[in-house]
Amino acid sequence: MATPDRMPLVEPIAIVDYGAGNLRSVQKAFEHLGHQAVFTSDPADLKNAPAIIFPGQGASPPAMTALKRDGMADAVCDAVASGTPFFGVCLGLQLLLEHSEEGNVGCLGIVPGTVRGFSDAGIDEGLKVPHMGWNSVKFRGTHSVFKGIPEDSYFYFVHSYFADLTDDSWVEGSTAYGLDFTSVVAKGNVVATQFHPEKSGNIGLKLYDNFVKHLVLKRV
Amino acid sequence: MLTKRIIPCLDVNAGRVVKGVSFVDLRDAGDPVEMAAFYDREGADELVFLDITASSDNRDTIIDVVKRVSEKVFIPLTVGGGVRTSGDVRNLLNAGADKVSMNTAAVITPSAFAEAADAFGCQCMVVAIDARRTQQGGALAPADLLPAGHPGKDEIAINPDSIWEVFVHGGRTPTGIDAVKWARYMAELGAGEVLLTSMDADGHKDGYDLELTRIISDAIHIPVIASGGAGSPSHLADALDGGENGGHADAALAASIFHFGHFSIAETKQELVKRNLLMREAHD
Repeated sequence: MATPDRMPLVEPIAIVDYGAGNLRSVQKAFEHLGHQAVFTSDPADLKNAPAIIFPGQGASPPAMTALKRDGMADAVCDAVASGTPFFGVCLGLQLLLEHSEEGNVGCLGIVPGTVRGFSDAGIDEGLKVPHMGWNSVKFRGTHSVFKGIPEDSYFYFVHSYFADLTDDSWVEGSTAYGLDFTSVVAKGNVVATQFHPEKSGNIGLKLYDNFVKHLVLKRV
Repeated sequence: MLTKRIIPCLDVNAGRVVKGVSFVDLRDAGDPVEMAAFYDREGADELVFLDITASSDNRDTIIDVVKRVSEKVFIPLTVGGGVRTSGDVRNLLNAGADKVSMNTAAVITPSAFAEAADAFGCQCMVVAIDARRTQQGGALAPADLLPAGHPGKDEIAINPDSIWEVFVHGGRTPTGIDAVKWARYMAELGAGEVLLTSMDADGHKDGYDLELTRIISDAIHIPVIASGGAGSPSHLADALDGGENGGHADAALAASIFHFGHFSIAETKQELVKRNLLMREAHD
């Protein structure tokens, strides 16, 4: 179990709330690690946040509609560009891409690529969709947040769409489910996982702890 | 590669875990938070809480249980039992549940299920199906429980070829619905997963109904959790086995064999690995 061995952050981590799914578990995971984390749908809050968590479940189109309506889409892009440590989870990874085939919607465009559906990707018909359960990740190990994560670790996934990147330099990890898809995106201050660290037991908590240790505390 | 999942089920009555034998004879097996943390440490891949509280006065106790459990346990939690509306689903998700299962309400008001799937995503909506073998050749009453104009009435009614019927109200009420057709119907309606319980096998520890599990797993494109009848690790292996006689399930749920310490999750997983089933090993 990862335990906090440092002073907590002065400002709370911002969890972007755009009406999507279960955000409490993300908050509880950071609280368990000794870090205060608050929900926000106010773009102004992202300017001062020491870090931004961008979780999400459900479908891309209503998520993008909500993000644009609240002005959060631009605020997220601005914060990422300004170097704020950023952790996207599940839909929060997919929305970083340029476009999603789920509802044919434009996304944030931070990471080059398109979100595609497993059902349309020509995978074995015997494979169930959603891809639900524990799967392993082949890490490149180039980003500091993923150092020390054992190669055979399993993480909890629930999704029907996956990120298809056109710029390989963003790919930090991949997972096999009918095909190899990008399950971890990382570059500089931006980290995102298709799986749910807050639902992946101790190894998932360690990932959030690494994020705080290597990206957030080094910056503030 | 995706692993198969082992899921301990905790039946909760007024805040305490119990387990019935064929839905009667409840025995107290402990505190939900303690048990959830214990199973997490043991390597459970997920947890299911079924609220079997009869009295509506105590309905909020499950919300409190979910809140307390989700503060300590960081693996997926599915909660079901008495869930009727999309508001109920929202309350459970907000308390910390990752998935919510509907059983009786899905039969009577499928629109409530569809509404919740639309609002919160298919990934968090589980349809729980309690299925019982029909008497050979003796067809049961056709979909009597369903009101005229029910969207699925014609599509899902049992006929003389039906092998399993759906029961609701904790297994007390026959519905006239064919279990295989019902699973297909609910997958189309927006279910993200099926929790399939064989009422014939449940509580007897003689193994899962493999034929039921296999036929439904093969009939739908969403994951199936096999439930009812686990008495040993080899029964779980059979339910998950993808071979000709296996259950083809994606996950296996069990209660008594874990709660009463007959088998640990770890030794169960070791047995399953011997059967060439891929299992997650928990890291500390």
